[in-house]
Order: sequence, then C-alpha cells, then structure tokens
Amino acid sequence: MKAPAKRKPRKSERVMRDGPDLTGGELEARLEATWSRPKGVIGWLASVDHKEIGRRYIITALAFLAMAGLLALHMRLQLMLPDNDVMTPAEFNEAFTMHGTTMMFLFAVPVMQGVQIYLTPIMVGTRAMAFPRLTAFSYYMYLFGGLFLWAAHYLHFGPDNGWFNYVTLSGPQYGVGKKSDAWAQTITFTEVAALAVAVTLVATILKQRAPGMTLARMPIFVWATLVTSLMVIFSMPAIALVSGLLLSDRLVGTQFFNPAEHGDPLLYQHLFWFFGHPEVYIIFLPATGFVSEIVATFSRRTIFGYPIVVLSLVGTGILAFGLWVHHMFATGLPRVGYSFYTAASMSVSIPTGLQIFCWIATIWEGRPRLQVPMLYVIGFIITFVIGGLSGVMIAAVPLDLQVHDTYFIVAHFHYVLIGGAVFPLLGAITYWFPKSTGRMMSEAWGKIGFWIIFLGFQLAFFPMHIAGLMGMPRRVYTYPAGMGLELPNMLSTIGSFVVGFAVALFVANMVLSFWRGLPAGPDPWDAPSLEWATSSPPAWYNFAHIPAVESRTPLWDSKDDFPVVQGLRVDDRELLMTTVISASPDIREPSATPSIWPFVSAVAVAVSFIGSIFSPWALVVGMIPVAIALTAWFWPKLPGPYAEPQIT
Amino acid sequence: MSRPPAFTEDVSGLPDHAFSYRSMTWWGVIGFMVIEGTFFALMIAAYFFLMSNEQHWAPEPIDPPGLVAGSLFTLILLLSEIPNTMVKRAATAMDLPKVRRLLPVMVAIGAVLLVIRGFEFNSLHVLWYSNAYGSVIWGLLLLHTTHVLTDWGDTVVLSVLMWTPHGETPRRFVDTDENALYWRFVWLAWIPIYVLIYWVPRMFR
Amino acid sequence: MMRRGLCAGVVSAPCLAGCTGIQTTLGGAGADDTSFIRLFATFLVVCLIMYVLVVGGLAAALANRKVLTVESGAHHESSPWLRSALIGWTVLVAIGLTGLTVASFFVDRSAAARAKHPQFHVKVIANQWWWDVIYMTPDVSQIVHTANELHLPVGVEAEVQLQSNDVIHSFWVPNLAGKQDLIPGRTTDIQLLPTKVGLYRGQCAEFCGIQHANMALVVTVESKVDFLRWLAQQRRPAFAPATPLELAGYRYVTSRECSSCHNIAGTPASGQIGPDLTHLASRRTIAAGTMPMSPGNLYGWVADPQSQKPGNKMPTIGLASNDLHAVVAYLERLK
Repeated sequence: MKAPAKRKPRKSERVMRDGPDLTGGELEARLEATWSRPKGVIGWLASVDHKEIGRRYIITALAFLAMAGLLALHMRLQLMLPDNDVMTPAEFNEAFTMHGTTMMFLFAVPVMQGVQIYLTPIMVGTRAMAFPRLTAFSYYMYLFGGLFLWAAHYLHFGPDNGWFNYVTLSGPQYGVGKKSDAWAQTITFTEVAALAVAVTLVATILKQRAPGMTLARMPIFVWATLVTSLMVIFSMPAIALVSGLLLSDRLVGTQFFNPAEHGDPLLYQHLFWFFGHPEVYIIFLPATGFVSEIVATFSRRTIFGYPIVVLSLVGTGILAFGLWVHHMFATGLPRVGYSFYTAASMSVSIPTGLQIFCWIATIWEGRPRLQVPMLYVIGFIITFVIGGLSGVMIAAVPLDLQVHDTYFIVAHFHYVLIGGAVFPLLGAITYWFPKSTGRMMSEAWGKIGFWIIFLGFQLAFFPMHIAGLMGMPRRVYTYPAGMGLELPNMLSTIGSFVVGFAVALFVANMVLSFWRGLPAGPDPWDAPSLEWATSSPPAWYNFAHIPAVESRTPLWDSKDDFPVVQGLRVDDRELLMTTVISASPDIREPSATPSIWPFVSAVAVAVSFIGSIFSPWALVVGMIPVAIALTAWFWPKLPGPYAEPQIT
Repeated sequence: MSRPPAFTEDVSGLPDHAFSYRSMTWWGVIGFMVIEGTFFALMIAAYFFLMSNEQHWAPEPIDPPGLVAGSLFTLILLLSEIPNTMVKRAATAMDLPKVRRLLPVMVAIGAVLLVIRGFEFNSLHVLWYSNAYGSVIWGLLLLHTTHVLTDWGDTVVLSVLMWTPHGETPRRFVDTDENALYWRFVWLAWIPIYVLIYWVPRMFR
Repeated sequence: MMRRGLCAGVVSAPCLAGCTGIQTTLGGAGADDTSFIRLFATFLVVCLIMYVLVVGGLAAALANRKVLTVESGAHHESSPWLRSALIGWTVLVAIGLTGLTVASFFVDRSAAARAKHPQFHVKVIANQWWWDVIYMTPDVSQIVHTANELHLPVGVEAEVQLQSNDVIHSFWVPNLAGKQDLIPGRTTDIQLLPTKVGLYRGQCAEFCGIQHANMALVVTVESKVDFLRWLAQQRRPAFAPATPLELAGYRYVTSRECSSCHNIAGTPASGQIGPDLTHLASRRTIAAGTMPMSPGNLYGWVADPQSQKPGNKMPTIGLASNDLHAVVAYLERLK
C-alpha cells in the first residue's frame, strides 16, 4: 500500500474539530468562516450553498409563474366573449403554448426541486448537498433555458403548437421556422438541470442523513423527495430523447416521425407521455410531502400511519409509470390494450386515497390550529379531490373519448395542479418562510389571500367542466356565439382575474413580510423536524454540530437538550456520510468549496445548445469549451500540509 | 440554538475516503448510469416500435449493416475488460505505479475503438436521413459513441492527473475505480445495441 | 374579424335555428353519446358520494376538538378503530373503482359489438383546416365527394374511415359520439349510429395549426328517404350557368386560379388540393364552419379569404370587382 499513512491529529496541529472543547460562539465563528462564500458578484455566481441555490430556484420559478399567469389572463380576455378579437390566432396559439410550457417546465418542477434543495439538507441534518457544484450548475442551466425560451417568444420564434408540441405539426414539413426548435432545446436545458438535481438529492438523502435517522425515521417530505427524484431519473430521459429526436428530424433530416419514410407520429406520443404522466406526479408528490409536514405540525401530533403514507408515495411513484396511454385513448390503438390503462389509471387513486385518509386521521387525532398553512391544506383537500375524481372519470375510455381535448380536461388538470400542487406550495412557503428569512408572513393577509384564491379558483375553473361538456374544444382562440359557452367563459375570466389578484397579494405579503414581518425564532410553529433546530435563517453551515436522531420527531423528543455528534473538522468543509439503511456514521466527506466553473460550464453548454438549433456543428464545436470548463471544474487542488487531504 | 448539545459519539476517527457504495461520487456515477441506461432502453423501445410497423427489417431493398467493423469493435471492447479490471484492482489497492502504467493502456484502447467506430458508421449501408430504420440505427450507434467518447475523455484526464502529484491522494484512486466501473457500463450497454444494429436486421428479411 | 353581426345572423338563420345543443356531449342524438350520458351520470353519482365522504371526514376531523392529556403529540397512541376505518376505506375505494371500471368495460364492449356491422361507409380526410368527405361505393362513378358536411341516415350504423393529409386532427361530433384522431400515415375509424333527426356541429379536437378553431363540420341526420335524395342530388354534376353573369363566372372559375385547387364535377375544374365545390351552395357554412352560407359571406370569402380566416391555405387573389360578382354568381348556382 503506497498511500500516505493516516495519523491521529494531535492537539498541536491546526486541524480543529468540533466537540465539548470547541462549541458555542467560538465554534460558530469558525464554521462561519469556513462555510461562507466570498462577497461580490463573482462570489454570488460561485456560490454552492444549497439554501442560496434553493431560494434562487424558488424566486425564479415564481417569476415564471407570474409571466405564464399574465399570458393566461390575456387569453381569458380573448375568450371572455365569442368571436372576440383581443388577440390574433397566432398570438393566442403562442400564448397557450408558452403558458403550458412555462408552467410545466419553468415553474412546477423547478419550484418543487428548489424547495427540495433548500429543505433536504436541513431536514436530514447535514451541512450541504452531495454535489454542491452540480446543484449550482443545474440552477444556471434552468435559468438559461427559461431565458432562452422567453427570448425566443419575444423575438417571434417562440413555440406555438401546445406544450406537448405533437408531430407532425411540429416536424420539419409543417413546423416552419425555429419555433419547434426553441421548444425542444428549452426542454434539453431544463431536463439536464432536473436530472442533475435528482441525482444529487438521491445521494444526499441516502448517504448524508444524521446518525440515527434510519429510513423509517425520515420526514415524509424527504421520502417524497426521494421518490420524486427517482421518478425524475426514470422519466426525464424520455422527454430528453423525444425532443432530441424531434430536433434531429428537423435539423439533420432523420425520419423518426415521418410516416412517408417508415416513421411514426405515434412514437412521439408514446415517448412524450411516458415522461408526461410521471411528470405530473413529480409535481404532485412533493406537494403531498408538504401536506404531511404541515398536517403533523398543525395538528400537534405525528402523522397517522407513517408506513402507509410512505408506501403510498412509493406505490404512486411506481404506478405512475404504467398509465401513459390514457393520454392516447383517441388515437385508435387496440381497445383491449386500453382496458389495461383504464384499470391502472383507476388504481393509482388508491394510494392517494390512503394518504388522504391518513391526513384526515391525523387531524382527527390531534388538536388542529387553523393558521394559514393549515388553511391551504384544507383548500388542497377540497379542491384536489375534485380533480382526482374527474380524473377517475376520464380514466374510462367512453367518457374520455367525449371530453378528451376539451375544456373538461383543462378543468381537470388545473384542479389537480393548482389544487393539488399550488395550494400546498403556498402553504409550504408560508410555513417555511420564517425559517428562510427570520420573519413571519402576515397571518391576517395570509388568511384573506387564501380565501380569495380558493374561491377565485373555483369560479375560474369549475365552469370549464361545463364548457367542455357543452362542446368547447381545447386550444381554440375563439368560439361561436349561441352554443351556450358564453356564460362559463365569462365566469372563468372573472375568476381568473380574482386568482391573479390573489397571487399578487401573496407575493406582496412575501415581500412586505421580508422587510417588516414579525421576527421569528428558530421554531415559531413548534414543529418536530430537524430544520427547526437551525437558526432562522440558518447559518451557512446549517448545524453547529451534526445532530443525532432517535425518532421521527426529534424536536418533540426532548426540550432539554439536543443530541449531536462531535469530531468533524471545522477549518475545512467536512460533512458526515452515514450508511444507507441505518444511518450509522461512516465517512467524513469533504464538501466542495465555491467555484465559478459551474457558471462558466453552464454558459458554455448554453451557447452550444442554442447554437445547435441554427447549425448542428455548434454541438460538436461547442463541446470543446464545455470540456475545458468541466475539466477546470473537476481539477483537484493539491492537499495541504496536514495529514488529511483538503478538497478543492 | 436554545438547547445545549448532548454529545453522543465521536466521529473524528472515521476515514475520509472509501470505495464503492461508501463513496459519494459512486452514487453520482450510478445515478448517471441509470439515466443513460434509461435513455438507451427507451431508444431500444423506439427501435422495436418502428420495427413493428414493418414487414421486413431492414426495410427492402436495404442491406443489413456489414459485420466486420462492428464485430471487431465488439471483440476489442469486450477484451478491454481485462486491463480494465486490472486498473480497477490496482486502484482499490492504491497501487500508484500500476495505475500509472495501466491507464494509458486504456487510453490507447479507447482511441483504437473510436477509430473502428468511424468505420462502423461507414458500414451501415443506410444513411440517417433515408428512412426511420436508418435514423434509429444511426441514433443507437451515435448514442453509444458519445458514451465511449466521454469515458475516453475522462480516462485521458485521469491518466494525466495520476502522473502529477495529485496521483498520490487517495481520492484519485477512488476516481480511477469509478472510471473503471463506468467502462463496464459502456461495454454492457453495447451488447444489446450490437445485436440490434447488426443481427436483428439479418433475422427478419 | 367583425363577425359579431354574422353571429346574430347565425342564430336567426333557419338552418341553424336553436343553436344551443348543436355541439354538446349532452345531446344524446347518437347511440354512443347516449351511453356516454348514462355512464357519465353513473360516475358522477359515485364520485359525488366519495367526495361527500372525504369532505365530511375532513369537517368531522376539524370539528373534533380532542383534549390531549399528553404534551405535544410525538408518542400519542392512535384510536384503535382508526385502523379498521383505514381498511374499510381502502376496501370501499377499491370496490368503487372496480365497479366503475367494470361499468366502463361494459359500455366499451357493447359499443364494439354494436359497431361490428356498419351498413355504409364514408371516408373523411382531414386537411389543414377543412374536412374532405367521400361517400364510398363499389361503383367508382357513384362516389360522392363533398366538404365540411356530413349527411347521415337516422338509425343506420355508419362507419367513417379517418385519414389525414397533413397533421394530426380529431373528428368530433359530440351529439353523436366520442372523438377519434386522424393521424397521417394511418387509417383509423369511428362508428356512428345517429338516433335523432337534426342538425349538429362537429369540430376538430386536436390542435392542428393556426386555424384549428375554425375547422368545423355540419352534420345533418335525416330520414333514410331524405338521405338518399340528398345523395342522389350530390351525384349529379354541377348545374350549368344560367345567366350571362354566371357564365362569366363559370369561365373564370374553370380557367383561372380556382381550378388549380378546386374540383367541380362536370367542368374542367379538377383541382384536388382544396374542397370540392360541385354543390357548394347547398352547404350551410363556408370555410369549415367559419361563417354561415349567404351571398354576402360568399363575397367576403372569395374577395379576401385571408381576412376571414387568417393563415388558411386559400390565397387572397384580389379579384377585380366584375370578376368577383361573376364568380360569386356562379358559385351560388352550384346547388
């Protein structure tokens, strides 16, 4: 063996470790010095801190939510009256495409991942994500992808063929210009980002949990994060592949989707929906994680049926992969095959039904406090279940064949996405806002905002069920008078403006509370999980000592002291790796320091990707700067004079 | 924090590096292997989907791809597992001179394979834009080529690193071990793709 | 697009009198739609019951003001009956879903069994943004070619073959049945069994480009006798021009730009790109439901199709005023 021998560091050496000899204020000062990042623009760009990156994700996603929301309001103005001319057909088609693409790829998944990035390390009791620089890189890829899409939109080559961009309308023959390419390349950015974050989250959850936090003691939100990250890993390659095949058909003449040359338009749909169905559960399951955390805290008791909830998450995650053909019931595939997908689509509601039971049972068993996060949970149950039930309806082929591609479907998915993901998200933001900022959001304005959005949502979207049943297809820029569609559309338009107002109110609450909200301590809600043991906002290093955990509700176990481990380095970035199942301490792992290379790499990749829609050579040539940037990123620094190597 | 810490155990004696599933980067490598494996699996599914529309595969009058270049590639690729396993063992044993000798061998083998791969593209007897069959076999071959290329690039960088003072840190041995692991994925993934590109079009004439 | 005035015309025009209900899934004018309505009602009842149970459970849980004797609920034991309730709930949901799935299968199965014996065949080929409708017969000279309209005899099972010339469209006449996509490179089909005489509206239900919203078709369900009479009329070649103005129009249409895209049976105009115009004036709408058939609308369309339906495939030629009058006069002759 030729490696340098390890020595036990002596007190006289400068390797400092935390413990009874180094604790309290002096420890915190040294940890702060080690874990903070340089100030200034370069320091900001080079940050690898998960809290900063998580916040960036959330704020960027909320900005895209606002932009897509404004498009929706514009469309609602057009649809308010029959034969209206507020928008031209071209403008309208671009609007619904940008609305859907932005909401699905630039808001829904990134905001969930952003909260996961923010919360996972502090919930499992560690100092950083597993691959901090990769996480930083992912954010830049997401940001550049979003900016690219909207730049394309403003420069009049934004997509206009719906968020799923079906062939053959999007193909080389009928998809004129660069619009389809802009869509497909945006996907490439966002799925690279999402996949990288997913791998990081899985590694963090499996290998960096606090000692004693067995899999059976993880917070439900962490389980939800684990399941959704695995779902991302197995489903996003499908959208990466299909957008790549589309780009290939358009730019270099392949024939994957061209029926005249042995290709098949349905190949596109199969690949798209193989991703597309799990995608909606990738958005929904983290929201159920929020609900579990909020319900436990605000009912003042641990979640009822923890193993059932976990199995439901896992079951939903697995089942979600077997449903995709229910998006294709009208394409003329064999009816016998459809029956399987009907049965599978129905059965996926069983695990969700179990989760709902467990939440309600927790509330029953506890002493519920009806503060704003809990109101959003109630709003979620009341609203999401309607969407879930309309989903049960459309799982049946004869019902789906009538309402597929009508406003009934639009109603369904807004009920499950807004009711099922946005309401819990608003509750979650209210819940964790004090942790992130050190201030409480206004409870009074939160309650007002909740009622406005809850009632506004029902007004906006319930009539769409009726409009669909009464014959209004999707994606139409206008409809004729005299078909009974005027009233539902008018109600939807009014409701949508109420929702828009409520969202603005919520954001105003966030901004004003950030400046002037009531100061919050570490644990303003009296919650059970580890993140509430950090300061508000948490320090750069999260925990002064890595916690040790003995139950699912560590902060409810004992109010007198806080079990921790000792012995991690203080002068260098070090965190603790534990074993996968039982979380016993295993390795002292160096953690990456700030670096500008993730940003530079993202710029190089962005240039290459964007260039490639104009010439395929951009990919080949562009890979050279990418390779250089990646090499610089991973190039190690030499170890210092101490026995143990430092990581870059 | 208001609550005083209660120290339960001392972790300072734990090692700061480990191999296999105890290494953090191993999980990253596995994660990316799963992603790329899924990508391959879906491309293979697309291959079968397109094939199911056809009476003849390869569609007439196209000849199936020539066997020489592809089989030569496969042979060398599979044989390369021998030096690959040697590198892997040397890395886990932290044997620096052996690693320094063997990594350039892998680089050379990779270069040879990439050259043969060029001949393979030439021997497919169909162009990527002719029809969907051509598109899908070019697509499969291209995907695999990017894997060979990126792992080869990694191996080049690693070889250089091991000849610098960096080579003496334990973490570089972990990197070498994981790089060898990824090479296994490269040839394992190739086996079904080889069959699909070169043999299946001969079976359904 | 100033079509508000035209819409008032639509409502009052006798052909489309009683617009409410011409394009609705709740119309019940076809066998499949009737079974849809019944199945939907079944699902609605079951789903409502489930919803009431969930929201009722939530309300009860919120109202249940339990006084906990133990501090903060970390180790609180749960009520023993909750476990049984959980099992009961799961069984209830499973039974409900199974019942609904079985109901769905039965409807599917009976529709398929009924549809095995169509009594005549129609082919519909979708284009951006109009419907090519072909009544098939073994005798090629008897084939009827029309556009953007479908006539069906009541009580007779029709099989409609569906194809697309360009992108994916979807054929949807909600009063009669569910929808079916038209996919380039494939042939799909739908079986229609109309049960009520009347006028219905269908619309493309898969986004197909800029004028997807204006790709409708008029479906006339009529007695067998009326249907056969209509079919016979459609088989006749185009009426010859009767006045000098119509003759001038005939000459223009059959020798200039129009004939390169449109077919008028019995005349030199034999273009295959656009809709068949042989009996244009007998149709109820222009440009796939974009506007009702009327002299004024026909003028507007022929003069400037791009302003009426921007982006559609018929170019605005810019006819001179006397040519325009002649062409419209001739087109009105094509009953």
